[in-house]
Order: sequence, then C-alpha cells, then structure tokens
Amino acid sequence: MSRVVNPYRKDFPLFQAEDQKELALAYLDNAATTQKPYVTLLAEQLYYESKNANPHRGAYDLSVEATMLLEETRDMVKHFFTVPKEGEIIFTKGATESLNLLAYSYGLTHLKQGDEILLPISEHHSNLVPWQMVAKQTGCKLVYLNLNEEANISLEEVKGKLSNKTKLVTLAQVSNVTGSIYPVAEIIRLAHEKGAIVIVDGTQAVPHLQVDITELNPDFYVCSGHKLYGPMGVGILYGKMDLLNQMSPFLYGGDMIEYVEDFSATYAPVPQKFEAGTQNMGSIAGLRGALTYLEEKNRNQLFQYEEELSNYLLEQLKKVPHVQLVGNKTGNNRIGVVPFLVEDVHPHDVVTILNQDRIAIRAGHHCAQPLHRHLDVLATCRVSLSFYNTKEEIDRLCESLKGVRRWFGYGSERTI
Amino acid sequence: MDLKELYSDIILEYSQDKTYRKPLMRPTVRNRGVNPSCGDNIELELQIEDHRIKEVAILGKGCAISEASAGVMAELIQGKTVEEARTLSDLFVSMIQKKVTEEQQLKSLEAGIAFQNISNMPARVKCAVLSWHTLEEALNQEA
Repeated sequence: MSRVVNPYRKDFPLFQAEDQKELALAYLDNAATTQKPYVTLLAEQLYYESKNANPHRGAYDLSVEATMLLEETRDMVKHFFTVPKEGEIIFTKGATESLNLLAYSYGLTHLKQGDEILLPISEHHSNLVPWQMVAKQTGCKLVYLNLNEEANISLEEVKGKLSNKTKLVTLAQVSNVTGSIYPVAEIIRLAHEKGAIVIVDGTQAVPHLQVDITELNPDFYVCSGHKLYGPMGVGILYGKMDLLNQMSPFLYGGDMIEYVEDFSATYAPVPQKFEAGTQNMGSIAGLRGALTYLEEKNRNQLFQYEEELSNYLLEQLKKVPHVQLVGNKTGNNRIGVVPFLVEDVHPHDVVTILNQDRIAIRAGHHCAQPLHRHLDVLATCRVSLSFYNTKEEIDRLCESLKGVRRWFGYGSERTI
Repeated sequence: MDLKELYSDIILEYSQDKTYRKPLMRPTVRNRGVNPSCGDNIELELQIEDHRIKEVAILGKGCAISEASAGVMAELIQGKTVEEARTLSDLFVSMIQKKVTEEQQLKSLEAGIAFQNISNMPARVKCAVLSWHTLEEALNQEA
C-alpha cells in the first residue's frame, strides 16, 4: 500500500506503529488531545530515572536538580510564549484548573453585584461553568457575545455589549467547536479601554498559531499541555504580576507558604503562592520535551502545512453529498477544526461507522452545550487536524462519509 | 461486534418507528434522560393508572441506538404493571452487563435481545441503556 510520506509521523510512537499496519489509524481528533512525540515521552521518563526528587524541598543535589528542571521549564514556557517581564507563569494541571483558579482567586474576590462578565456563547464549559458559579455567588451577571454568520465575533458585537459595568472579559482565542480564530487582540484593546480585565483561553490556539503574550497583552492567559504535544496533567496560567500579587491563593498547603504560625500563615511569593503541593514534575519534564520538539521544528512550516490540510479538508468535505458544514464554511480566520453534520444521521452513529474504517473523529457537543443550542443543533461531528495528518487521511474520511447514510437505508448520492 | 450486527434490520426499524413519538394527552410522570457526552436527549412520558402503564411516549432526539432502544422499551412496557416494567428494566440492564446470557431467560425482552452484544462496543452502551435508566428514574418518582 502506498503511503504519503509525512516527515513528522516517525517522531510519534503511535504513528510509527500504526504506519506498519495495513490500515493505519487516521487520528483526526487533535482538538481533544494530541499524540505525544518520543521527545515528550523520553523527557518524562528521564526525569523519573535520573532527576526524581521533590523540588523546593531538599538541600541535597538531586532535589536541587529537580528544582532547576522546574524553573528551567518555567523559563522555557516564558520564552515560548514571549512572556513580558512583568508577568509570571504558574503550573497547574490543565487549562480547566487554570480557569478555576482565576474564578476562585480573582472572580470571587474582585467581582460584585452589578458587575458584568462578558464572554462568547461558544465558550468551552471550562470557561463558562466556573463563571456561572462566580455569578451565583457574587451576584454579578454573565453577558454573552453572540456569533455572526461566519461563527466569529464582530467588533460591533463587542462594542455593543461592553460597558462600564464590564469588569471581566473571558474568551477562547480559537473556538474548540468551530475552529474560528477570534479577534482577540482588538477585543483586549477595547476591553482595556473600558477598564476591564481580560482572560484568554489559548488551549486550541497554541498548537496552531504563534502566540506572543507580550504583543497580545492579555491580563491572564491559559492553556493545557496535553493539547500541545505534552503529557496530560500539566497546564499553564500566565498572569500579570500586579494582579497575581493581589489575589488570594487557590489551593493551600505545602510549598505555598512563607511562615506558618499556629493559627495563621504568610504565603510564598508568586508563583509558589499558587503552586501548593508537589507539582506534577513528570508531566512538567514532558512538557519541556514537547516545547523542545516544537522549537526544533520550523513552526511556520508546520502552520503552513496545517493550513494547506485545513483548506483541503474543507474543499473535500464540501464535495461529499449530504454533508453540511456547521459554522464558518470558508478557510478564513480559522484553524483545522471543522464541525459538520451528515443529513439524517446522528453524529454518534457517524462516528461509530467511521471507527469501523479506523478513522477517529469526535461526536457530541464538545463541551459547549450553549453554543450547540445557539446553532440549533443537538450535536455535531468534528474533525481536527495536526501537522502529522495527511491528505490521504482526509480522502479516507470523505470516502467513508459517503457510505454512512447507506447504513440507514438512505441514498448516498445527492438528489436534486 | 461488526456494524451489521449493531445496525441490524431490527434496530434500524425501531430507530425509525414513530409509534411512540407523539406527546401524551395526560401524562402522570415525565422524566428527561441525557447522555452528556454525545448529546442524546430524550423525554419519557408515562400515563400510569392503578400501577399500570397505560400510555408511553418518547420525545426528544438521540442517535439510532438510543432511539431504537427507547422504541423497543416503549413497546414492551405499554400495558404492563409498574412492577413488570421494573423487572424488564432490570433484565435489560443485566443482559447488557452480560450477567444474564441464557436466551430462555431473555425471552421476555422480545426485540430487546437485539442489543445483547452491545457491550462489545463499549462506546455505545450508554446509548442503549439511556431510555431504560430514564424509565427507572420515572418509576421511582411515581413510587
């Protein structure tokens, strides 16, 4: 069987094994989690093999080495995202924890009745449910930004909903359902003009776009390691130092204290103040491996190839009879995350049938129920690409989609 | 389990059947069942009089497996007593969990036997049991 050569697949153990098989798995669910390159896995293994000690604890060499690895990784993250000097990186277990930290340590203490939180209707539950909790507890109000026909946010919509009451704007840089790239830089500027604080969830953006936090200038920025070719269990929170300094800790315990009296304690400075307990050092080492991997590649080349794949996917999906794209139907202002429906067939059934052909895509509401109600669909199928995917996999997907309706006794060809 | 077994004629037939898809005039119990991972969302309506299920309706939208399972269930429980419905529900769930495998013991599930091997496709088990769990909750509300 002839295979399209993709230079990156050999870097990933899962694909190296799959590509030996007669029919390799077409993994097209990268918005859920990415596969891990050898570099990530080896970095994690090496940490446990040769550097495992509790960082910040021991005065002996091994603990010092673990501490150094933690701090070097922090510096590497800062470099990777061009973090300004007046900002800090905090390790969490994922974007969800980063956003919960902000809801508890910033939202509950800085928002009050009469204040408004502005957020798109398309937000992932992780950037929506914590703010519902904040609204319930403080009496502040959630105000939703609606999407336009291209499944994007117009600046008019933002200007119309921003007011002096808006104290916080929180949004994804890229939607995990529609793949739309939101005009985050402009929204941050508009929000700052009104004196509002801005949180950007970069989880879907960081694997596919160059992110420069200094230039973007959000007040907080979060993402997950496991969607950036790193291990599960590590996430990132960026915050401006002046804000982080005025916030209360989120989790209390060891490693976040300065001095503990019988009935009170003073806290360590940022970032330790927000890193209670032993950090997930194996995952942090793995994340360092992932960032090393990405930095060694020409990232612009990766992005260009992903854009080419994304355009090819849109082009080919449009040719499949009875497939309807949901949201943005063009390649503009989007990444290769593409939601669609097959007429008369529930997305879950579509996924089961594709699975038979060893094609992995996602079905459901993708942790964004309000968006699906807004789009008036119960659930969608979603393809999400990465640089290790190939046009051949997209061809297989489209071929398999053509057969889906036949299982339910419907014609598969277009009837006019 | 291959696709032909999953999307068997009997399952496809029940998934497209509209007999129990009309709202009831006088429901005595209503219960919503959701499968949050995939977006199945069903609304079960029962009209129970003297511990007997007189009428059944299943509204909402789900995948072929959940709709077929709901259709089979509606057909089975209509006219049965609450206790009989509970027994059927327990039996269906036990069949899915492979606790009961003897064909003789499963006879009372009639068309429901078509779901016997769904546990070989773990991703779809929740779809097959959604309506039955919704029924159990509805009957508990009634009690």
